[in-house]
Amino acid sequence: MNEETYRRPSAGQHPPNRFDAYKSTPGRSPGKPAVVLPHSLSEITGPLLQAERLDGLENDLTRQRMAEPLGERIIVHGRVLDEDGRAVPNALVEIWQCNAAGRYHHPGDQHDAPLDPNFYGGGRTRADAEGGYRFVTIKPGAYPWKNHHNAWRPAHIHFSLFGPAFATRQITQMYFPNDPLLAFDPIYKSVPEGARERLQAAFDMDSTQPEWALAYRFDIVLRGRNATPME
Amino acid sequence: MSRGLTPSQTVGPFYWGTLVKTCHAELAPPGVAGERIALALSLHDVEGAIVPDGVLEIWQANSHGRYNHPDDRRNLPLDEGFEGFGRAGTDAKGVARFATVKPGRVPWPAGGLQAAHVNVSVFARGVLNRLATRLYFDGDAGLADDPVLNLVEPARRSTLIARRDGDGVWHLPIHLGGPKETVFFDV
Ligand SMILES: [Fe+2]
Repeated sequence: MNEETYRRPSAGQHPPNRFDAYKSTPGRSPGKPAVVLPHSLSEITGPLLQAERLDGLENDLTRQRMAEPLGERIIVHGRVLDEDGRAVPNALVEIWQCNAAGRYHHPGDQHDAPLDPNFYGGGRTRADAEGGYRFVTIKPGAYPWKNHHNAWRPAHIHFSLFGPAFATRQITQMYFPNDPLLAFDPIYKSVPEGARERLQAAFDMDSTQPEWALAYRFDIVLRGRNATPME
Repeated sequence: MSRGLTPSQTVGPFYWGTLVKTCHAELAPPGVAGERIALALSLHDVEGAIVPDGVLEIWQANSHGRYNHPDDRRNLPLDEGFEGFGRAGTDAKGVARFATVKPGRVPWPAGGLQAAHVNVSVFARGVLNRLATRLYFDGDAGLADDPVLNLVEPARRSTLIARRDGDGVWHLPIHLGGPKETVFFDV
């Protein structure tokens, strides 16, 4: 076989599985180290979801209902790349988020903030040949959670990425630049310093649309391939 | 140019939105070749309690042992309508169910075949990184020689092996930690 394998992340780029300040982790994290798996076809292949039919409005979360949702309209765009800066073309990108008031359209969310009948909060798109993707949405609100006294999640958008392989599958969250709540958020801070900053989108004045919407840029970097083919 | 990886974050508890649109609990439409199987994967925390807000994904070869992916360049048949990807949330009993076909065996880079297996990704609130594991089938040919199972200490191999109940459903409990901790792989 000549299939390429994927590089292992170096230390300090992902959170540990157990991060005690995020109180759900001790009860839900393995205590034993993961068994390192050499890459076979099972790991270097993965769902590309090319047959998935995306309807044209799935990347515009402001036009999925009868009327426009309340809140600040924003553009969130970027590229899906690998560690070598190469585009990950045609990657399926999924997002979900709460509304402008900080409430998810989800039966489990009991936060005392209004639901917006015009905002569902889910979007999908497929990156183009250069890895580029673009969503139109509204800026999500901060919301309280019960992790500790007076705990608030900074505004964030959840991202799900498949990339080219089972090995590249990843879920993450995008934050807004310089949000003062980041300093108090154990989920953000579970990522080591020096890497966590990559989860903040950049305010992107050049991509704003005058009289219409501000823009944020969030590039996503997935694992790169090893240069040498496996035996 | 080297770029820093985007760090992982938890799926959180409120993933209904987009993720359900890409849910595929039934992987094999009529006409797909192979033995029809039902999988029931239950998710448990370190104390053994069920996890009712998880998301499980599976990725598998078809019954011929072929992955529907351009990097699997072997001359084996692909089945129309079968990608090999499934996603389901765990229910109030902590169980995610899939209907699929039994995967064929796929090769190992150093030679030989792996035993039939399904690749599994686990996501949940409180799980900061995707946890990867595998599902093997009890009683299968090739389990004893499987190169991946042989990387695992013998006492823990059973955490990867699904067992069939009286109704023919394959059950695999996935324990995130604790005394029955599942073997997770650094893929
Ligand atoms: Fe959230």
